[in-house]
Amino acid sequence: MESRRNPRAVVDPKVRQVGFFTSSQPDSSSTQQQTEPISASASASSPPVSTISPSGNSLSPVMIPPPRLNSSDTFPLRNAAAGATSAVSPSSFSYSNRRDFPDGSTTASPGRHSRGSFVKSSAPVASSLPGIGMDSMAAAKSSSVPASGLTTVSVVTMPPGLAENASGMEVQSDQKKNSKSLKEKTTKAERRAIQEAQRAAKAAAKADGGKVPPGTSASLASTSVKVAKPAKPSTQKNEVAVSAGVTEKKGGPSEKDRKKDAPHPRMQYDDESRVVKAKRRAVVKQTEAKNRVELFRHLPQYEHGTQLPDLEAKFFQLDPMHPAVYKVGLQYLSGDISGGNARCIAMLQAFQDVIKDYSTPPEKNLNRDMTSKISSYVSFLIECRPLSISMGNAIRFVKNRIAKLPITLSESEAKAALQSDIERFINDKIIGADMVIVKHAVTKIRDGDVLLTYGSPTAVEMILLHAHELKKKFRVLVVDSRPKLEGQLLLRRLIKRGISCTYTHINAISYIMHEVTKVFLGASSVLSNGTVYSRVGTACVAMVASAFRVPVLLCCEAYKFHERVQLDSICSNELGDPNAISKVHGREDINYLDGLTNNANLQFLNLMYDATPSDYISMIITDYGMVPPTSVPVIVREYQKEHLLV
Amino acid sequence: MPDVQSMVAEFVNKLRKRKIEGSQATAKCTVELLRSVISHQRVPHANQAAALIDAVKAVGQQLVAANPVELAVGNVVRRVLHIIREEDLSLTTAAMAGLDLLDASDDDDIDNCKGIGYPAMSAAVVAAAARSTLRPPSLQTLLEGTPESATVPYTSSSGADSESKSKSADKSSLTRKLKHDVIEGVNQLIQEISGCHEQIAEQAIEHIHQNEVILTLGSSRTVLEFLCAAKEKKRSFRVFVAEGAPRYQGHLLAKELVARGLQTTVITDSAVFAMISRVNMVIIGAHAVMANGGVIGPVGVNMAALAAKKHAVPFVVLAGSHKLCPLYPHNPEVLLNELRSPSELLDFGEFSDCLDFGAGSGSLQVVNPTFDYVPPNLVSLFITDTGGHNPSYMYRLIADYYSADDLVM
Repeated sequence: MESRRNPRAVVDPKVRQVGFFTSSQPDSSSTQQQTEPISASASASSPPVSTISPSGNSLSPVMIPPPRLNSSDTFPLRNAAAGATSAVSPSSFSYSNRRDFPDGSTTASPGRHSRGSFVKSSAPVASSLPGIGMDSMAAAKSSSVPASGLTTVSVVTMPPGLAENASGMEVQSDQKKNSKSLKEKTTKAERRAIQEAQRAAKAAAKADGGKVPPGTSASLASTSVKVAKPAKPSTQKNEVAVSAGVTEKKGGPSEKDRKKDAPHPRMQYDDESRVVKAKRRAVVKQTEAKNRVELFRHLPQYEHGTQLPDLEAKFFQLDPMHPAVYKVGLQYLSGDISGGNARCIAMLQAFQDVIKDYSTPPEKNLNRDMTSKISSYVSFLIECRPLSISMGNAIRFVKNRIAKLPITLSESEAKAALQSDIERFINDKIIGADMVIVKHAVTKIRDGDVLLTYGSPTAVEMILLHAHELKKKFRVLVVDSRPKLEGQLLLRRLIKRGISCTYTHINAISYIMHEVTKVFLGASSVLSNGTVYSRVGTACVAMVASAFRVPVLLCCEAYKFHERVQLDSICSNELGDPNAISKVHGREDINYLDGLTNNANLQFLNLMYDATPSDYISMIITDYGMVPPTSVPVIVREYQKEHLLV
Repeated sequence: MPDVQSMVAEFVNKLRKRKIEGSQATAKCTVELLRSVISHQRVPHANQAAALIDAVKAVGQQLVAANPVELAVGNVVRRVLHIIREEDLSLTTAAMAGLDLLDASDDDDIDNCKGIGYPAMSAAVVAAAARSTLRPPSLQTLLEGTPESATVPYTSSSGADSESKSKSADKSSLTRKLKHDVIEGVNQLIQEISGCHEQIAEQAIEHIHQNEVILTLGSSRTVLEFLCAAKEKKRSFRVFVAEGAPRYQGHLLAKELVARGLQTTVITDSAVFAMISRVNMVIIGAHAVMANGGVIGPVGVNMAALAAKKHAVPFVVLAGSHKLCPLYPHNPEVLLNELRSPSELLDFGEFSDCLDFGAGSGSLQVVNPTFDYVPPNLVSLFITDTGGHNPSYMYRLIADYYSADDLVM
């Protein structure tokens, strides 16, 4: 490990920044001094020596208390999780059985369904998003037809080329308008600036030469790929987006850094050119929903359940895809794995398999090639189901580790290092974090409490079970909602453990809220304006709770925090299967909507997430302690570096 | 009158078994039943109004006891009582007019038997009494302070009865007159109840504008007619319908809206908060409107109202006048609510072993309430068949429909 540290200490700051497109580094002079101690402490803390683990913070501009996830907490837990699982008591309800997700299946997954949908993270991912979402028709319509003409035409099922023809003049004129405006935005000078910047960066990399080429070249590669790919004349929008980032390069590294701080824009599915382009690359041929909801044109709206058999049939033919990744993708698609943590762990373990089986092709560089491989896997996973924010953060971590591999390592050493890094991420950031959260949250449960929870958040389930083990006397209200009815699964598990429960549905929340003393919620992500992005309905529960003056405690691991901001639940969301709404499971008498699913006047909207305003949240319990929602941006800012350097 | 008795018993049974769904249907059945009760009621010569009131009250008490949560029953009974009192009073005042005439002309040939209480009472007292019975409690009546005013004319009329025995033939025509008028009034009430949709729907055009996005939940015929009326006036707008989980009334409403050609989107109940930021107006049908302006509606309404308040979206409640309840609610979420079967939430068999309340640990309870209470501060507007009103005005509107003596039955 130390061998990897040393070269980094000498890294030229300018070059380093090229690699970290998401890190929030301050300007170049301070970067060096500042990141170094932290990385040192981080590396030091990985072997179980660290009495100094929080010390890295002393140098950071803002003083925040050391993370509660310090040596005494983490190491036993991590060891427990990694090794003998039953050694430490909390681990008995931990992720121990979750670890074997990839081989398996539904039995392990039922509990964790809170899904993340964010298409977040790095630009290569974003730009390579699968774009089967919409064709030209969609975009044309959304832009040219006033909202009054809301009739959704079912032309959308046509193959892209056909649809383009069919949409006729309207589309063309629209496109013309689009391209024109785009051209105006990217002047010639700007485009030249991009090219120059690329050239300069390459030159700098070469000049730097001997010492640090691995990290540099890899990171450079990733950026140059990022820049070059979309900069084709056909998609000028990308160019605009990228140029915004790249042209800044001239203004100096600090400027560019600030740009990179801002999260990349997500794929918008009403942007026809990108959608068509992405569609060409896609492995999963999703068919679009016929009857789309107008308000959500910018999100992919697919027919559900149609592509699974096809993909399953292709399992043994698909050369470029690693089977482990393919399997995880199918599990996402079928819903066998759901829940932010479970999905993230499954993905990381698939990546571990990928790394294990990896061998560098001749005349290629390990760092570069593996990054691009991971990127292609990620875009496959996105096709199966949009990424959650937590997964985005994890991918960012993996890519960062790959980019930072020193060239001095042999291939097998590099692979081993990467695998152990991923292992450590899983153990520290997910499993360990949950242990710490449980430890904190249990102190908030008193005898006689009536706790309300919504859906089936894993962290909350662990808290409840642990509190029950501690012989605390409390009652749990499980609130559930259609169509997933995850609460029933949680209910079954809680009752099996002997906890008395009350079950109800979300509509009855204001009836039940009178007796509640505390509300425990889970989250898919916490955004830096304090907005909680979580299973749809969480906002309702939090709102009613705060209207009844009941404290709302949110349990969320810090690796799910993200610097993105969001105000409503519409700009970014994930749409589930619309047919799940029209059909009520187990109630044959409810068949009012049978046969109406193709009616142009009727749409079904199955939102997966919503954004809870931060004023409804009393407290966020995270692995760095119990903080108010306003502290989220601070944590994101201060611990992001540590995230990347775990 | 065994037939009336059996009809009442049958209706009580239906109410008890919750066979009648919806406050409008219940109200209609109740009025019709009361009409037949009135028409079958044998009215004594003296004190006919009191007899009718007693009969209606007796039936009303049974009905209310059968389903105390269905406030429309009590409302309608009170309305009928009010009609009886009013008709009686108008007859009295008509008699007064006759009496005045009589006093002035001092002519015995004039048909004076209309006067119920003329021998014992001066015209002024009767008039005052008449005012107090006709009107709900007002400042003026409080100042005049006529105690037991409603009963005065009747007790005195018994005295008159003995005096005017000879005019029994006229009497019988008089009683028929009262009964006839009352039945006439009840028929009007029936028409009002069945016609309230149109009255409310007429106002739709004033509240729904082009391109509006409307959120509704539950299945209410009033809301359906309201939206369709706006649609017929060539307004184009979208409707979000929350499905209304355990009963899925939203599916029913969506089906009918689609059949009428409205742009409808069905959302899950949990997405109400997520979608409210794009909604211009929330329109719901009430189950009952309390005197303080609070609303009892389908379950989930309070959540929508809170979300609407948060986003400053107008929360509009449609209610026919038979839904106006003269009572002030106390803890209505619990006391005016009804818990339905757990089988709507959980499949029988899956959890049936845990549904044992005796078992201490690991026991399961399932809560499935029917109604939700929205406090008046969350309601922006009531639209009734008499127009739009503020929540704070409801108590006054209600006073127009009910007489103060009937509030407690």
